Amino acid sequence: MNLFASLRTALRALRKNKLRSLLAMLGIVIAVGAVVATVSIGQGAQAKVAQQMESLGTNLLMVLPGSISTHGVATGSGATQNLTRDDATAIERELTGSVAAVAPISRTGAQVVYGDQNWYTQVQGSTAAFLTVRSWPLEQGEAFGREEDASAAKVCILGKTVVDKLFVPGAPVIGEQIRVKHVPCKVIAILSAKGQSSFGQDQDDLILVPWSTLTRRLIGTQSDAVGQLMIAARSPSQVDDAERDVTALLKQRHHLGDQADPDFQIRNLAEMQDAMKQSTQTIATLLASVALISLIVGGIGIANVMLVSVTERTREIGIRMAVGGRSRDILVQFLTEAVVLASVGGAIGLVIGVITSKWMATRFDWPTLLSAPVMVGTMLLAGLAGVVAGFYPALRASRLDPIDALRFE
Amino acid sequence: MEVKTIEKTYTMGDVEVRALRGVSLAIHKGDFVAVMGASGSGKSTFMNLVGCLDKPTKGNYFLGGTDVGRLSRDQLARVRGQQIGFVFQGFNLLPRTSAVENVELPMLYQGVGGKERQQRAAEALARVGLGDRLDHTPAQLSGGQQQRVAIARALVNRPTLLLADEPTGNLDSRTSVEVMAIFQELNDQGLTVLLVTHEPDIAEHARRIVNFKDGVVLTDVQVSPRKVALDELKKLDEEEADAARKAAV
Repeated sequence: MNLFASLRTALRALRKNKLRSLLAMLGIVIAVGAVVATVSIGQGAQAKVAQQMESLGTNLLMVLPGSISTHGVATGSGATQNLTRDDATAIERELTGSVAAVAPISRTGAQVVYGDQNWYTQVQGSTAAFLTVRSWPLEQGEAFGREEDASAAKVCILGKTVVDKLFVPGAPVIGEQIRVKHVPCKVIAILSAKGQSSFGQDQDDLILVPWSTLTRRLIGTQSDAVGQLMIAARSPSQVDDAERDVTALLKQRHHLGDQADPDFQIRNLAEMQDAMKQSTQTIATLLASVALISLIVGGIGIANVMLVSVTERTREIGIRMAVGGRSRDILVQFLTEAVVLASVGGAIGLVIGVITSKWMATRFDWPTLLSAPVMVGTMLLAGLAGVVAGFYPALRASRLDPIDALRFE
Repeated sequence: MEVKTIEKTYTMGDVEVRALRGVSLAIHKGDFVAVMGASGSGKSTFMNLVGCLDKPTKGNYFLGGTDVGRLSRDQLARVRGQQIGFVFQGFNLLPRTSAVENVELPMLYQGVGGKERQQRAAEALARVGLGDRLDHTPAQLSGGQQQRVAIARALVNRPTLLLADEPTGNLDSRTSVEVMAIFQELNDQGLTVLLVTHEPDIAEHARRIVNFKDGVVLTDVQVSPRKVALDELKKLDEEEADAARKAAV
């Protein structure tokens, strides 16, 4: 009997017992549906978590000036002033392979005044790259560029907290003049709210100004030293590459030998990265085990129904054998029935899973991600479950003695 | 076909049952043999062996020159499919399956293509007078019609040997005679028929009657005078007509 004929025979047999076939399929339908839906939700969540992690800075490197030790007394890190704007420019220009952006940052505290309101906050001087590196979008207005930095323009970008402290709600903010220390600055943009950092610090309590505005006008120095460099690697996985490249370049620029201790420190958020990797793996393992368990349960359902079916159709098997059906033909027939059950169940489950995932995406506003490999893989697994579940019942059918089978009542 | 001193022994628990104790029989092409005997005489066991559903414990069974006793399970299935047609007492049709699909079944296992299958099945059904009932399921057919579907199924692969195991056991006397008419017609066309029955009336339609008792052949005689089913049918028709006339008067 060829494959096409056995397929037709199987379909015919399954149609004759619609309710039973449906019940047999149900397990696989639910299994595949649940797997597709949960995996799509899981992957959606994973993608969102990854995105959030990135905004927290899993791809970030921080370069701080190192410590120096004079006559055996070591200072803490950051005590020297050996990181410069030129270092930042060099990294940006030469390490395009692993580094996406470099933001030189210097800080000072300052009293800010607008009208009859005043507030003490931290002023950070940097370049426009700061917003890219920290993945910090603007809520209103436009950022300053190279020109403002070069000319030490009197412009500033306000953090959300500073806006709340200085301005009446609803009052226009962009274009207003505020005084930072004694320097009048024009507000050109507002940062979007970031909330607290993981250490409970209010991240929105700051003012951002061009780096030269901070150093030349607010601090009043001609030094090129920067407080730190914040570097964004091209991706979280390239952080290690970026760290290696930056170390090599800075050592070279600072005339240090390969073996010498660096006069700067590089820190990254490796812990956070590890946590992210681990959580991703946990989710993947969890989903895989759920998928496996439900497919096993679905397979057991099919095996159960097929066993009953073989017993009930013993006489049919006897007839088929009497008119020339070989053991192999009987085996193939029942195996085909099981695989058809599993595949049709899998297909229905797939449709239900996709619909459920889309419905949850719109109804609960959950991010879902339907990936083709998962869907194809689940279908293949369902088919495999059919083969495994159908094999024993089919083998039993094929080993029946034709005389006994014909006599079976 | 020829069987030579075949024996068949079953083990049921601790008891050995010697169902056949050395049976030798030759049936030539075109013969029509009725096998008779009480239950337990070994006639069913003999039938299963001849039908290649079982293998003898001892002895040889030659079917058209091949020693069937030496064949594997799958080879036996092949012989059944190509050379033997079965007709059973309980019809043994697939339930909820149309007549034409039932008749197609043996061809399915011989790799006959779909179109040819349908055509040959329809032809076989027409030959047994069911050309207008192709799509009826067994439940929609009378006992006689079901048995005729079974005969069509037995014939569709053009076997050399037709085995009928109590084919009239579940049928009334008129339908039984109709079925025997079909067998006689097929036999006249050259088909070898082996019929198992315990009704002497039915056995007398054969050319030869073999009696089994306790696993051996008791008698083996030619039938004369032989019953002709078509004549009996005519007689039955006349009787019915008479009865109808009397009732009318």
